[in-house]
Amino acid sequence: MTLQTSQLESLEPTPVESDESSTKAVAGLSPSRLALRRFRRDRLSMVAFVVVASYVVLALLAPILVKIGFIDPFKFHQNLLDANLGGIPKGKFGGVSGSHLLGVEPGTGRDVLARMWYGVTFSLTIALAATLVSSVLGVVLGIIAGFRGGLIDATIGRVIDLTLSFPQTLMLLALSTVFVLAIQNALNVNVNLANGIYEVLVLGLFGWPTVARLIRGQVLSIREREFIDAAVLLGASQRRIYFKEILPNLWAPILVSFTLTMPAYVSTEAALSFLNVGIKPPTPTLGNILDGSINYAQSDFLFFFFPALLIAIIVVSFNLLGDGIRDALDPKSDR
Amino acid sequence: MSHAEPTPAAESAPGEQSSAAEEIIPDPGHVFEAHGQSEADFSAKPILTVDNLKMYFPVKSAGIIRRTIGHVQAVDGVSFEVRKGDSLGLVGESGCGKSTTGRLITRLYKPTAGSIAFEGTDISGYGSRQLLPLRRDIQMIFQDPATSLNPRHTVGSIIGAPLRIHQVVPSDKVLPRVQELLEVVGLNPEHYNRYPHEFSGGQRQRIGIARALTLQPKLLVADEPVSALDVSIQAQVINLLQDLQNEFGIAFLFIAHDLAVVRHFCPEVAVMYLGKIVEIADRDTIYGAPHHPYTQALLSAVPDVRQASIGGRRERIRLEGDVPSPINPPSGCRFRTRCPIARDICARVEPPLMQVGKRHKVACHFAGELGQHPATPVTTGVLGVDDEGHDVAGAQRRSDLLDHPGYQDTWLDLKTGQPVGS
Ligand SMILES: Nc1ncnc2c1ncn2[C@@H]1O[C@H](COP(=O)(O)OP(=O)(O)OP(=O)(O)O)[C@@H](O)[C@H]1O
Ligand code: SF4
Ligand SMILES: [Mg+2]
Repeated sequence: MTLQTSQLESLEPTPVESDESSTKAVAGLSPSRLALRRFRRDRLSMVAFVVVASYVVLALLAPILVKIGFIDPFKFHQNLLDANLGGIPKGKFGGVSGSHLLGVEPGTGRDVLARMWYGVTFSLTIALAATLVSSVLGVVLGIIAGFRGGLIDATIGRVIDLTLSFPQTLMLLALSTVFVLAIQNALNVNVNLANGIYEVLVLGLFGWPTVARLIRGQVLSIREREFIDAAVLLGASQRRIYFKEILPNLWAPILVSFTLTMPAYVSTEAALSFLNVGIKPPTPTLGNILDGSINYAQSDFLFFFFPALLIAIIVVSFNLLGDGIRDALDPKSDR
Repeated sequence: MSHAEPTPAAESAPGEQSSAAEEIIPDPGHVFEAHGQSEADFSAKPILTVDNLKMYFPVKSAGIIRRTIGHVQAVDGVSFEVRKGDSLGLVGESGCGKSTTGRLITRLYKPTAGSIAFEGTDISGYGSRQLLPLRRDIQMIFQDPATSLNPRHTVGSIIGAPLRIHQVVPSDKVLPRVQELLEVVGLNPEHYNRYPHEFSGGQRQRIGIARALTLQPKLLVADEPVSALDVSIQAQVINLLQDLQNEFGIAFLFIAHDLAVVRHFCPEVAVMYLGKIVEIADRDTIYGAPHHPYTQALLSAVPDVRQASIGGRRERIRLEGDVPSPINPPSGCRFRTRCPIARDICARVEPPLMQVGKRHKVACHFAGELGQHPATPVTTGVLGVDDEGHDVAGAQRRSDLLDHPGYQDTWLDLKTGQPVGS
């Protein structure tokens, strides 16, 4: 679940070799346009992009479809279950049928496809929110540490070390009930939302140090480059140097770190469900679906297999997308 | 340089305008002679006077409490002058403090000690606000064209930035001015919309030069402007700089790590070793009759076209050992650990930079032409020490002969050991 810093270290935009410079286009191709072009040429990344884009669209559609009743992840179908076998779905393949394409849930008879579909929405929302929290914190603190240096940098460095050495899983387990209750009371929200908020906060608060380290390193390496000295010599203000000279060179590492953090949090959400942290059923998340299905891994294998496969697809495609973006932005990095 | 410099054909492919001056001279021996030698005008007024300039970088200990445990004496008391429209070459091995000197003069660094007088005003203590108007007059060309241009900016915005910052021209006049500058440095003015990565190394260096020219500086510090370039392209860029100097009368501090590059560009050359100037003289003296063993060693590494053509070749002087650390430089003469003629006095007393000719200063106890170094120290009379370097009671330092920027009218004649005048 931690981001591989080593993957990202060499993320400086490097000058492109002659294949690009020999093209005859008169208008200049900006580094981002070039990166986009390189990305489009990379088949695997394009496939990953299409896969990611499709489940993001599906996740966005799910709430609407639930509302209009097109899918129903909550309705029980006891009649589809075999009471003699302890609530295992009747029929082959976990109750696969025309109206339940991926079968029904053992014990409740809820539609598996509908639950997984809606589960993607919740899982991605949690991952996105946590990624936003850790990225914003990490980017801001990383930039400050890198820009300011000195005591501020040292202090942030200490906090990073402290955070990284903190046994977060233990804390998550030990304190979840207390904190969830506190969030519930403080924000006046239901227990499910409080669970979600708690999860996002914990993931974000423990995830930012990796991002901060990466961004700090980037800022330091950019600051060393001679175009910064050139800007100083031309009389550029500090403001101008930060915003016009350094920041444009940080978008690439920020973007890559973002796309690689997302899948890490999708799988972390699943892992946390096993530890009983996070959003609980009946609200579906990929994590709690998988958690509920693990007991049926033998008696109803497909019910366990589908959510596991979906999590794997999401994690792998996000990672491939992140790798593709990194390679496109920095063609010289070798893995 | 990590990326390969393109072949001459590729060099002129997208952005280069071909002109007669750009022709590539294949023989590297002749490369720097293309535009002839620039001549010194020693009567011109100094635009820059550097006096006893020092830069010590603190060395911190590891750990949480980072105490200062020493200092890198990157530049340790250098003095020199650059005259209006003239150019001074600053030569020395890697790590001897050339870039640091350049960065002190452009005030990217604040000196530890010493003064930097630009047009008579000491700017060594200026803060960033006071420096702002000065930025227009002192500019710098950087060593590595791959890192000196922001990859996220177009060439137009790179070259136009100084115009906008200083509001030199109204914003609708920025582009025409940028195109004009691109043309001046020999690039296609239509390429203002391109990004640095679309240019070759030589072209990027031209972009850097155009940026430095934008504010019409009076002094340009060129920090190894051609070291990262292919030999054939080096010549083009040096010729461009020479043309610019002739046209705009810009004074240059031209930094290089060998004597070959500055030979035809600089009428006066200073040789640095471990943070100090060891010899400074006009071109004829440095290349014809250097008196410092280090200069002699450096010079022996320069391929000499004339000697090669008549079959003779200077003996290559190999220096033993590594350059000592500037954190803990040797006592006395800093060159003594590698000097072939070092003696006891060299470890005991530091040789002062002493004027020994009309346009010649050298810091060596045994200063003399190669093979004719004197048997007894030439500095004893000036320093007030004996031949072993021990103080002589009642003797005085002749500070009038020592370590001033520029040249005096009297100097020490090495043959007689007496001061002489011009
Ligand atoms: N910012 C700095 N902090 C600490 N030490 C420095 C710093 N800049 C330079 N130095 C040290 O000062 C010495 C002189 O460095 P400088 O860059 O001026 O050498 P140089 O002559 O330009 O060498 P090169 O030919 O490699 O560019 C070196 O020993 C270097 O390690
Ligand atoms: S002073 Fe001594 S050690 Fe230094 S260069 Fe001269 S002879 Fe060599
Ligand atoms: Mg240097």
